[in-house]
Formats: sequence, structure tokens, C-alpha cells
Amino acid sequence: MTDDVTTVALDAWVRRFAELIAQERDHLTELDSAIGDADHGANLDRGMTAAVASLDDLGPAGAGPMLTKVGMTLVSTVGGASGPLYGTLFLRMGTVLGDVPSVSAEQLGAALRAGLDGVVARGKAQAEDKTMYDAFAPAVDAFEAGLKDGLGLADALGRARAAADEGRDATTPMLARKGRASYLGERSVGHQDPGATSVALLVAAAADTLR
Amino acid sequence: MKKLINDPNDVVVEALLGVEAAHPDLRVDHANKVVYRGDAPKPGKVGIISGGGSGHEPLHGGFVGLGMLDAACAGEVFTSPVPDQMLAATKLVDGGAGVLHVVKNYTGDVMNFEMAAELAAAETGANVVSVVTDDDVAVQDSTWTAGRRGVGVTVLLEKIAGAAAEEGRDLDAVAAVARKVNAQGRSMGVALTSCTVPAAGSPTFQLGEDEMEVGVGIHGEPGRRRVPLAPAKEIAEMILEPILSDLPFGSGDAVIAFVNGLGGTPLIELYVMYNEVSKILSKHGVSVARPLVGSYITSLEMAGSSVTLLKVDDELLSLWDAPVRTPALRWGI
Repeated sequence: MTDDVTTVALDAWVRRFAELIAQERDHLTELDSAIGDADHGANLDRGMTAAVASLDDLGPAGAGPMLTKVGMTLVSTVGGASGPLYGTLFLRMGTVLGDVPSVSAEQLGAALRAGLDGVVARGKAQAEDKTMYDAFAPAVDAFEAGLKDGLGLADALGRARAAADEGRDATTPMLARKGRASYLGERSVGHQDPGATSVALLVAAAADTLR
Repeated sequence: MKKLINDPNDVVVEALLGVEAAHPDLRVDHANKVVYRGDAPKPGKVGIISGGGSGHEPLHGGFVGLGMLDAACAGEVFTSPVPDQMLAATKLVDGGAGVLHVVKNYTGDVMNFEMAAELAAAETGANVVSVVTDDDVAVQDSTWTAGRRGVGVTVLLEKIAGAAAEEGRDLDAVAAVARKVNAQGRSMGVALTSCTVPAAGSPTFQLGEDEMEVGVGIHGEPGRRRVPLAPAKEIAEMILEPILSDLPFGSGDAVIAFVNGLGGTPLIELYVMYNEVSKILSKHGVSVARPLVGSYITSLEMAGSSVTLLKVDDELLSLWDAPVRTPALRWGI
């Protein structure tokens, strides 16, 4: 099956995400200064740098253990709300995938769905709270729908990327109802959510590498 | 940025080395950035830990010691510590009677402490109870926000719960008195200037020479409104009115009145503020049972002040008066 995702590809996904976070670090921090506490870029960059290092240390491993390792590392190094949220996202994906050398597109979809459920369980966010949920949920939906429509992995991920970007952009007019941005009330309107922005990078990294 | 630091990335680590050097009663686990009592764990005593982002000193590390906290976890500046730290602290102070986690109500802090409590239960079977402080009346408490922030009450709670644990109460009783403090305390603050996170290098927000932020949070989060700078007596009215009407505090109530500096305001101004606060309280028939004036929960070098009122009864007062020996609060010993 050409549409299988190997651990080599998953490894590339994590590294590509780390790269994008490093590139966008200042932009994320700038978005976070407007409605949060100006640390999103720095915290995620620190976490993903550590996550990449942890993969180097781990050496060859199955899909589940690899993503679990990334999740544990994020929980231990990021702090703030992003640590538990991104950590839980990767931990749940790791749990679903198990210790296997490659996974099908459908299994990847199930892992992304489990990751999303983990984020919801940990952060209790709902649609239009102006959080990472608003970019990640449409991306997971679009990926599943794409596979259902008979698209291959790359095309389904392309749809997911477009949905994540659209979801990210849609956070701008929203009124924040979770996290520090919620303290702003009406003043949070007009600013793009940093968490939605970083999770769109996670989806973009997947579209770049999992093909 | 003009700061008394070496490398901006080493501020927390080097400050903890300083704490260790200055306070022989305390120990520091540098790997986990945990300040803890040298005599921890005390068998049979409920352990109390807290923690949060750095930059609020003396909160929390300055409140570790006899009669207050057993351990404090230091996060990066303005960033919640991670679960590994609270897990390590919980293990360090668990004397078999369980551990109370004192958590300020911020999304990140709550999630990281939650994960730590889950890990502690799974790893050691430690009995952990968490109490979340949410006393900042500047934030509307509704299902549409993350809820009120934990601010000044946290200091008073750590002192009072610490005394309850020191006198041998069990975990449920210590948690109950902690919840009582949170339920009966209210706070609000005002910022005259912003603050600069060392790693960021520039001010968190912009505030004009003639402006102030009413209802500011301790990380520079915006408050209720931005208004022209006013004399202390008007500022005191602006922040006391929402506090008094919220609980509400009224005639015949006795309180601990805590006038706090946010880091960049000198004590002389805090006493000017205290004078105004005390006049307003007496006008409302509220008597001050105990005052606390000083910078105890800060926001780096932010200029400004917060006021916390805690309605007290004999139980809370006697716990407040109990001996305490920490770097930042000490009396009765």
C-alpha cells in the first residue's frame, strides 16, 4: 500500500513541525502578546526542540512509542497550557497507534481523532471558543471526509491543511472563551488565536511529510 | 531592557541558586526547580505545595518554611511549571498524611497540576487534594471565560493552610480551611506600568505615561478598562468598590487587609494606598483585624498595586497569627 505512513514519515512529520515552529516562533509570540502572555512561540520552540532531541535518543521505534515519547517530552518541557494540550494530543495518538512500523491512512485518521478528543478532554474547549480546537477539529473532520470520499493520503491531508488554515483564520473575529485570552472579553476580537495558528502548522507539517 | 541579570535564559536557574545560598533552612532540587523545606517530609504532617510561573516573587518560593509551604515549583517566567516538577515536589513533602496542591486559576497551571496529581496517584498512590484560588474580581466569573484569576488570596491561603497543616490537621481539614479562605477573599489590582519578561526583552504591553490599567492580572493581562492616571484616593475607590460589593463585605465584618505591590512600586506608595484603603473600609464599617502591606505577589517590575480583603473569623485569625518562618513572611518565632 502506497498510502501507508511509516515511522520514518512520522519522524519527518515531528521534525518538520519543529522546523515550522522555529520559523514562526516570533510570529506566534507576537500573536500571543496581543491576547495572551507572549510565550507561545518560545514555549513550543523549546518543547519541539526537546522533542526532536528525544527522538534522536530514542532511535528506531514503533509509531506509538515514538509519538508517546514526543508527548511526554512536550508535557515535561513546554509548560503553560500548551504543554498539557500538545502533550495530550501526541500521547493519545501514540496510544491509538501502538508499537507498529507503519500505519494506514485510516489509522492515522483515528489517531488524529483521538488526539483531538484528548485536547478536548484536557482543555474542555468547544467550537468557537477561539482555541486550537477551531483549527484542529475542522482539519480532522476534513481528513476523515477526504478518505471517505476516496482520496489518497496526500490529497486528504491537503484538504486537512486547507481546513486548518481556514479554521485558524476564522478565529480572528471570535470572542475568546478559554485561556488567558478570555480575560479580554470583547478586546480579544480581531486577533488571530496563537494556538489555532500553531496547530495549523502541525497539520501543514503532516501535509508536507506524510505522503 | 535594563535588568540585573546575566543571561536572560538563566534567570530562574540562577535565582534558585541564590535562594539556596541565602536560606540554609531551605533545599533546592535544581533539576526540577523545586524549593523545599530542609525538614521535609515531616511524618504525619500534611504536605502543602504550590507553584506557578516565576516572576511573582516572593510567591511561591519565598513562602516555603515552617508554618507555610513545604515546597514550591518554579516555572519559567510567567509560565506554569510542568507536571514533573509538581510530581517531584509531591514526593519530597509527602509525610504519609497526603499533600495539598495550591493552584492559582490559570488554564496552564490548572492543567499541569491536574496531570501531576494523576501521575502522583499512579506512581506513588499519594493522596493529593487540590485547591484552586480564583479571587480576582476584575474577571467576570462565567462559563464563557476561564474564570477568575488566582491572585492575592493565594498568599493569605498559603499562610493560613500552612498553619493548619503545622498544627496537625488532616488533609481534608486543611483543604477545607484553604477553600474557606478562597471563598471569603476578593482582590483587584491596578497597573501603572507594564513589565518586561527577560526572555522577551520588551514590555508585555504598552501603557501611556498618563494611563493605567484597572483590573490588571499578574502577568500583565489586561483588566477591566484603561483609564487616565488618577490620585491614590481615586484608585483605591476604583479597586475597592468592586471588591466590597462582590462578596459582599459590609458593616461589622472583620478583614485581613492586604495592600500588595506589583514589583515596581515603593513601600512608601503602598502606605499611601493603605491609608486610602483604611479610610474607605472604616466608612463601610469594615474593621481591619490584621494588615499586610508589601510586595508579596508581584509581576516582575510592574508598578502598581493590588488590594485583597479576606473576611476573617476567630479560626482564620488564630491561624494567621500562628508562627511562620519563611524568607518572606516570618513572625511568632
